[in-house]
Amino acid sequence: MKLTLKIWRQKNAKSKGKFVIYKMENVSPEMSFLEMLDALNKKLVETGDEPVAFEHDCREGICGSCGMYINGHPHGPVPAVTTCLLSMRYFSDGDTITIEPWRALPFPVIKDLIVDRSAMDKIQIAGGFISVNTGAAPEANSILVQKKNAEDAFDSAICIGCGACVAACKNASAMLFVSAKISQYALLPQGRVEAKDRVRAMVEKMDELGFGNCSNTGACEAECPKQIKLTNIARLKREYYKAY
Amino acid sequence: MAVQIENTQYMEKLNAKIPDGPLALKWTNYKNSVKLVNPANKRKIDIIVVGTGVAGAAASSSLGELGYNVKTFSYHDSPRRAHAVASQGGVNAAKNYQNDGDSVYRLFIDMIKGGDYRSREANVYRAAEVSNQVIDHFAALGVPFARDYGGTLNTRSFGGVQVSRTFYAKGQTGQQCLLASYASLNRQIKKGTVTMYPRREMLDLVVIDGRARGIITRNLITGETERHSAHAVVLATGGYGTIFYLSTLAVNSNATAAWKAYKKGAFFANPSFVQIHPTSIPQMNEFQAKLTLMSESLRNDGRIWVPKTKADKRPPNEIPEEERDYYLERRYPAFGNLVPRDIASRAAKERCDAGYGVGPTGLAVYLDFRDSLNKQGKKAIEGKYGNLFEMYRTITGTDPYSEPMRIYPAGHYTMGGLWVDYELMTTIPGLYAIGEANFSDHGANRLGASSLMQIAADGYFILPVTIGNYLADQIRVPGIKAEGPEFEEAEKSVADRLDKLISISGKQTAASFHRRLGKIMWDFCGMTRNEKGLLKALELIKDLRDEFWKDLRVPGSLNDLNQELEKAARIADFLELADLLVTDALNRKESCGAHFREEYQTPDGEALRNDADYTYVAAWEYAGEGKPHILNREPLRFEEAEMKVRSYK
Repeated sequence: MKLTLKIWRQKNAKSKGKFVIYKMENVSPEMSFLEMLDALNKKLVETGDEPVAFEHDCREGICGSCGMYINGHPHGPVPAVTTCLLSMRYFSDGDTITIEPWRALPFPVIKDLIVDRSAMDKIQIAGGFISVNTGAAPEANSILVQKKNAEDAFDSAICIGCGACVAACKNASAMLFVSAKISQYALLPQGRVEAKDRVRAMVEKMDELGFGNCSNTGACEAECPKQIKLTNIARLKREYYKAY
Repeated sequence: MAVQIENTQYMEKLNAKIPDGPLALKWTNYKNSVKLVNPANKRKIDIIVVGTGVAGAAASSSLGELGYNVKTFSYHDSPRRAHAVASQGGVNAAKNYQNDGDSVYRLFIDMIKGGDYRSREANVYRAAEVSNQVIDHFAALGVPFARDYGGTLNTRSFGGVQVSRTFYAKGQTGQQCLLASYASLNRQIKKGTVTMYPRREMLDLVVIDGRARGIITRNLITGETERHSAHAVVLATGGYGTIFYLSTLAVNSNATAAWKAYKKGAFFANPSFVQIHPTSIPQMNEFQAKLTLMSESLRNDGRIWVPKTKADKRPPNEIPEEERDYYLERRYPAFGNLVPRDIASRAAKERCDAGYGVGPTGLAVYLDFRDSLNKQGKKAIEGKYGNLFEMYRTITGTDPYSEPMRIYPAGHYTMGGLWVDYELMTTIPGLYAIGEANFSDHGANRLGASSLMQIAADGYFILPVTIGNYLADQIRVPGIKAEGPEFEEAEKSVADRLDKLISISGKQTAASFHRRLGKIMWDFCGMTRNEKGLLKALELIKDLRDEFWKDLRVPGSLNDLNQELEKAARIADFLELADLLVTDALNRKESCGAHFREEYQTPDGEALRNDADYTYVAAWEYAGEGKPHILNREPLRFEEAEMKVRSYK
């Protein structure tokens, strides 16, 4: 395939960015999107240019490192995949692909397609844990969890913290991200003990860091590569009301 | 470097510090007599932890809970990205919830046998003993493990064992365990006992008066080199399986921290013990940067086969039952598809080398769920492996519910690593190695689901106890300052090396060297090895290293985010480690576990150990630039486990 790539290049947080056009030839439909960018970078390095900076690590959709806007969609046009698992077979010969970093106030650009997502860690630090010291845990089967609740908690717990939900949201809201963690613990007896403190602390931190409010558009759910459900946000709201 | 092993020494430098007493009481006895640090003194002691996988996050949080000042480092943007996140299958524990006769002793014996009698009994027993606490702790931290209708925990089986002891959260157990450890780390960050330094890569270890006292890091955003000091340093920096370039590991995983420690005096143990995982999605194109694992747990319900006819190009569903060779069930009737990984990998290679492989390259075998789908229904299979099936479909474009998966072995896990004693301390006082970074508990082959178990055991339950024995004597040492000639020298050597890398201004990218190194390692030091090939590999590695330092191209600047520079620095270290890995494989003239020397095999192609000459841990010592690595041997004594021929037939 021949492709035209329109990629956001920005030297650092302080400098102004711009789109740069690159032509790619011989792109195999078997490649993943990031392998296609690897091939571009190889060419750029060999011809004396600086490669496009992007984050990536596991390349199997689980670490949450990668993420970029591809043709207006976080992680690209295919539902339920991360950028690293997006296959080039979904593109056609002659396509122009626009690639941008996450756009959200709490995620300042560091370089090219890399943004600073440490605000998400800060929300987790505020309360995304169960307070048990090492050595203090009771025997595992002394905590019984309904099978259905364990499964629902799992479905919330699989959030990879990539930030696509924030990037997709017109308000840059982190509600889906926060609600996934709140839900996981809300559904488990282990997490109920400090449920009120947790939801207050996490929501307060989320607001403090400049994430917007949820206006029930559902873009986050539509773009989430792990298909975290909007019902998590409903549960977050219930938990929040219960906490006051 | 070394082609011949000239200098061998026995033991003088290695004291494993195994506690006295019967095996089952060693850990208890140790805990009863280990020195303690009182809470007021803990606050005066600084500890550096490098790495935030399960081992690093667990150690950081546990040490923080105890009251130490912990400084934790990660090259990721967030500790949650560490590669433990990709572990799929589960965590082993000897709970015996299934009433199937499991016990700490059986888990210990399975690990010793699985490791082909090349691991240290006392460490393995302790890991098995602590496993039950690991499950208790993860459950309390809110890991959403699979459960039965009554609310109790479920288990499944893994390779190399005949009980069901693997706790799991679908095919994402590692993710859930890592996120639980990340949460416990976050709790300590909030309390202020742990300071987190993300986007920092450790590029050297600082040793003062023979003790580990700090590290030099590069700030990956600004490019600045930074000094960090402490009373002790803990490396939780993972394995070095990405030396193969194509592996199941995250592409940024690297050996740099461990390798720098080696060059500063920490011994490196059994580097050639590398696990090649049998079930990975085969390579699909030449640009591929990694191979994706399909969990071993799939072998609970999937059957592995190839056609009975060579080069059979028919689609798998058109090949009738009687024309299929279920070669694992044929060769190993007692364990069938659940033989250990090393055996399953070699058996796949044997069939493919003999011409029975499938797929466009002939380098693949089928993993078929047809029978389980017919028997249990799609819903049950989806419940167990849904995310794995989905991942397979996403990557390959074929649906494993209707057609067998194609799989092939890939580099996965390194049993070798920094040599540690019973206290998990390396040969440098004050330097510890935990998790996959140490040579640990897995001997010559790791059993499935014992990795999460070991890394959590090391980080949560073992290191926080053993490190006290060293720190108890450090309470009179005032806060270590990041200054003095040792810090200056280390910082300068880091800066010089980075400067050298960036100023070569050659033509080839770092990744292109990595790809070539990976091919050498895979071809000559992979699933099977022989002397001729290994000697050739040593030459090829040396040539490639020379070429690297002449023709590497790193664009950009030192004082900026520079991913090409990061890669180049890691590959420069891999090019050195490769030499040691091959040297170790040459030295070990026997086959054991994942180390299969073609010269040493039984008539039916199984590994042939040489217990008389090789029942030891090969602990390699750095002798200086260009000098042969020095071999030190830690003899292994088996007092409880009877050394047998490992048979899964």
